[in-house]
Amino acid sequence: MAEKVLLKGNEALAEAAIMAGCRHYFGYPITPQTEVAAYMSRRMPKIGGTFLQAESEIAAINMVIGAAACGKRAMTSSSSPGISLKGEGISYMCGCDLPALIVNVQRGGPGLGGIQPSQSDYWQAVKGGGHGDYHLIVLAPASVQEMVSMTFKGFDLADKYRVPAMILADGTLGQMMEPVSLDLGEVKEYDKSWAATGTENHEGRNILNSLSLSPAQLEEWNISRFERYKQLEREEVMYEEFMTDDADIIITAFGIAARIAKNAVKDARKAGIKAGLIRPITLYPFPKAAIKNAAKKAKAILSVELNMGQMVEDVKVASNGACPVYFYGRTGGVLMRPEEITDTLSAIAKGEAKEW
Amino acid sequence: MVVFEKTKGLTDNQFHYCPGCTHGIIHRLVAESLEELGVLGKAVGVASVGCSVFSYNYFNCDFIQAAHGRAPAVATGAKRADPSRIVFTYQGDGDLAAIGTAETVHSAARNENITVIFVNNAIYGMTGGQMAPTTLPGQVTQTSPYGRDVTVVGYPVKVCEMLKEIDGASYIERVAVNNVKNIRNAKKAILHAFKNQIEGKGFSLIEVLSTCPTNWGLSPAEAIKWLDENMQTYYPLGVYKDKYKEDK
Repeated sequence: MAEKVLLKGNEALAEAAIMAGCRHYFGYPITPQTEVAAYMSRRMPKIGGTFLQAESEIAAINMVIGAAACGKRAMTSSSSPGISLKGEGISYMCGCDLPALIVNVQRGGPGLGGIQPSQSDYWQAVKGGGHGDYHLIVLAPASVQEMVSMTFKGFDLADKYRVPAMILADGTLGQMMEPVSLDLGEVKEYDKSWAATGTENHEGRNILNSLSLSPAQLEEWNISRFERYKQLEREEVMYEEFMTDDADIIITAFGIAARIAKNAVKDARKAGIKAGLIRPITLYPFPKAAIKNAAKKAKAILSVELNMGQMVEDVKVASNGACPVYFYGRTGGVLMRPEEITDTLSAIAKGEAKEW
Repeated sequence: MVVFEKTKGLTDNQFHYCPGCTHGIIHRLVAESLEELGVLGKAVGVASVGCSVFSYNYFNCDFIQAAHGRAPAVATGAKRADPSRIVFTYQGDGDLAAIGTAETVHSAARNENITVIFVNNAIYGMTGGQMAPTTLPGQVTQTSPYGRDVTVVGYPVKVCEMLKEIDGASYIERVAVNNVKNIRNAKKAILHAFKNQIEGKGFSLIEVLSTCPTNWGLSPAEAIKWLDENMQTYYPLGVYKDKYKEDK
């Protein structure tokens, strides 16, 4: 068993990125993720890396593009309003097939919103945020340990598939402290012969570009990119199941909401309601099959989220009508108490709840 | 005996630029400079959005195609990723002086060790001739059909004059490609800008006054004359800043 250290979520994530070989961080201050930038500003100069506070979120993501295009592991981090600004760059990054890590320590929105934890950027993360046909690899940690392991994993998957990865965390995970192991294993090296390293280093010219005025060629590029997404969907889905074997009601929840939901499952079982939990760890690729199978066995599914109901759409599609789907959420930076979830479970069990 | 050869800094792809457009000359000057300094194999260009969006097809080196206005930020990331690379941007006036103003100003403020080639033709060319941040007062464009009215849309942005006030910037010069003398001087300026980068002297920006006969509605010859008489008066040529003057 590796030695554990007590770390704050944002700082643990930053150290994990360094351990994953990231030496290029570009960011802009925004609550509640600023500790990532502050940590990087202390660490990077000591290890020959780059920490640069950009003039804007837009500039920061474009600096990531520049470094990633040159074949380096690079990242940026922000919180919800800042991620909106990065949307343009994220789209270009996907169009150029550039691997990099983007961290969203979510806060309540829309607009300037608040600074308390939220999960209301689910749609933005998995359905777009930028323009065009693309996906990000979206990883949803639920503990400080997973802030570490998902960051490491995110860089690895991004390089492997040439698809940018996003850590979709929230203010709670960013700010809380937990004991973590930093024993992360070896950093895998991937072929980057596509990178703009200068023609003295490779045959021909390497062009990182998302532009094509030929519809046929652009379609071909998009189709080829979606082949990689299909592979991601086949091979990289991650989720956790908790007490689902005999469950009548399956809760679906990710991130910090899943932590609260897990307590609710235990409490509900004590009260005689057979509840279980499926926690998607990869939001893209989404664990469709796990939810589809659960829906066939369970009497109901309850999606619990810190938003007005976003992932529930994907849960509903995955369950494909096999059982009724319910939703419970809090928004604006308000966290739910486990009792709110167990009350909803009781209402579902009694047939008193309204379907989503 | 060969007295003039096509530079190895350009590919064999045919330019898409309109007849009489001076992008071709500027491309050649940049490409020759990279070749003469022996850095073509180390060069990473950053293309912008506008007529020069396809410059990655023409320069014979690695390239990254940036979003509108973001080229200096992309170049920053590339240069920081590998300082041994020779990183340059090639941007138009809409790209650099409107949507990308922040990226321009702040890469200069950081004295980012990159070379910026700024092509100013006082109009948005690619989208068909709209008013640019550098469109002259009174100049007619598709979106200033009655002439640029400075009381409504304000004055043109003089990029060199603005950037010379920034402590970080190393070398700022405005040149033109409207006659042989000016073209030779433009070449000297571009070479100097790349030399600065090789020597680690930081941010260099060369503004090149350029023509757009198609969207100005003039013949190539008339366009050159219009540049002489109008643009060069509003945008005086010269070295606006050179921190390392003695080395030139």
